[in-house]
Amino acid sequence: MSMPVGPVPAASQGSAIAPRDTPADRPADAPDFPVPDDVLRVDGLHVRVGELELLSDVDLTVRRGERVGLIGESGSGKSLTALSIMGLLAESLVPSGSIAVTGQDGRHTQVVGAAERDLAALRGRDVTMIFQEPMTALNPTMRVGAQVAEVMRIHRTVPDRHTAAARAVELLDRVGLPDPAEAARAYPHQLSGGQRQRVVVAMALANDPALLICDEPTTALDVTVQALVLDLIVRGVEARNAGMLFITHDLAVVASVCERVLVMYGGRVVEAGDVQQVFTRPRHRYTRGLIGASDLDLTRDDGRLYTIQGSVPSAGRFPHGCVFRNRCIHATTECESLPRWEGTGPEDGFACWHPVRVQDSQGVDPS
Amino acid sequence: MTSPSWRGPSWRRGAGTSSGFSRLATGLLPAGAHRSRSAVSATIAVGGGIVGLIVAVGLLSLVWTPYDPGAIDPTSRLQISSGAHWLGTDKFGRDVLSLIMAGSRTTLVVGVVAVGVAAIVGVPLGILSAMVPKWWGEVIMRANDLLLAFPALLLAIMLTAVQGQGVVTAMIAIGIASIPSFARVVRSGAIGVMKTEYVLAARAAGRRPWAIALRHVLPNVMNLVIVQASVSFAIAVLAEAALSYLGLGAPPGTASWGRMLQEGQELLFVAPRLEVFPGVAIALAVLGFNLLGDGLRDRYDPRLRDGR
Repeated sequence: MSMPVGPVPAASQGSAIAPRDTPADRPADAPDFPVPDDVLRVDGLHVRVGELELLSDVDLTVRRGERVGLIGESGSGKSLTALSIMGLLAESLVPSGSIAVTGQDGRHTQVVGAAERDLAALRGRDVTMIFQEPMTALNPTMRVGAQVAEVMRIHRTVPDRHTAAARAVELLDRVGLPDPAEAARAYPHQLSGGQRQRVVVAMALANDPALLICDEPTTALDVTVQALVLDLIVRGVEARNAGMLFITHDLAVVASVCERVLVMYGGRVVEAGDVQQVFTRPRHRYTRGLIGASDLDLTRDDGRLYTIQGSVPSAGRFPHGCVFRNRCIHATTECESLPRWEGTGPEDGFACWHPVRVQDSQGVDPS
Repeated sequence: MTSPSWRGPSWRRGAGTSSGFSRLATGLLPAGAHRSRSAVSATIAVGGGIVGLIVAVGLLSLVWTPYDPGAIDPTSRLQISSGAHWLGTDKFGRDVLSLIMAGSRTTLVVGVVAVGVAAIVGVPLGILSAMVPKWWGEVIMRANDLLLAFPALLLAIMLTAVQGQGVVTAMIAIGIASIPSFARVVRSGAIGVMKTEYVLAARAAGRRPWAIALRHVLPNVMNLVIVQASVSFAIAVLAEAALSYLGLGAPPGTASWGRMLQEGQELLFVAPRLEVFPGVAIALAVLGFNLLGDGLRDRYDPRLRDGR
């Protein structure tokens, strides 16, 4: 396993972790408004383009100070979920359902159907996002210090331009850029990929957001830099007691960064639970395949690595019923109807007709 | 001399090495420093040199010309080149060199204003069409195509009929006719910029559309605008000459290369130099701006830049 080692705190080490069990003051069924502890509550989110349904019935919550992972192959709807939360979907994509965001000041905002004006006030202050590609996430024609200062000026979290510039240098210092005053005057092309991603992290944390969404923030970086940037993000989020939604297909990263994880496939959440639980005792056949495919110690009888057969269908080409059934060797006719969500709630459970039983998961064969 | 030839010419390699070292040494280079080695191509140097010469001559003519370009002297008509009149005199006895020097001013002013008008209208149109919903963008671009399809000369004649002959009319006509090319070039660039992650990031940071247009889109299509301005300038020089030649531009008594062509036309076989000198001036100006535009495009076109 290519687990990033070093300064990344393991999931178990995180001290300010929200309780694993549902708090007592929380009703079993979903309330109409988010309980104060939730920074993000997504209920029954669907995204359609024309007749095609790209996201179906996505439920997810992120509490204050909690780090939640969202994993799955490319094309499973992870990034679409993130863009929905930011209210950044293209015009042709129509969301429905509920996305409730609670800001640092305790204000609730319903993202679905919100006016562009309200969304603009939300983005970059209450909810910020780190994108995958540090090479293109910065404007090549602006000095990086000005770009960091800009995100604070937009939301007037600093009184004037000079304060913003000074704060920007301070933030660049805190994300570990050597000679931050000099770096603030640099253009993006003068920085390395890792340095640029540090700038992006500084921008994302500048306004002390309540929720940070990371869309594969370290995928484009090499492994040693990856660990440093992850550490930076996690420490920044912990210091602000913010919630984090971490999107990746790198299971090792999720294992080291997140406390809870959701597995997406075909625009649906197929399994959710505690990281430890999901990675050691997966229940959904897709999760099992995903973990088997990332485990380099496991090989088949012919010496090859385990894979999930077939490839992710293009959007809207997923089978009805269980979305995974055309790639699943355990699929039966029963799978042609949609499997029920088995579990204690949206934070822990799975949707599979033929889940992995405990005795199966002790075995070697992850198919 | 043991270095293998595949590493390219030695002067390039040397320059690359030193810039590599300086980058290591200083950590952060000043903006554009690592580009400087390929910044000035021969095309840009020659084009820029010609353009610079024309600008210098135009500025010089403000304070000094050998003779007053408007001074008619019947005693020295149609003289050939001599020490007194380097390029001879025309049928009114005016000094041709002085006329050409003063004419460069007309050329430059018309070019600057026409390109300015085209850029001020065309650039916002192009950015707007890339940012509004697709349907509206199409409407803007079809209107743009309509303008593009309209003959520029006909537009100039129409404007002359309404406004009367003059340099201002010529500038406006040329400017309007150049709007579509700016709008198109900027639109294509802006559509690309709108798809970049930093625009998405700016939206994710809560930036409003107009601020994104000004701070993120405009600076990133500026290279296209500069190239287009240079190319449009060459077209404007030619258009001004053509309009003045047809009597739709500079009025009689104004020094203009196109006007000189028209006035010398009847004497083509008697004094061909009266056509040759302004003709060469026009050709040089067009060549200069075109070379500059080509050179800048080679330097700034992202498709070509990645290859280097």
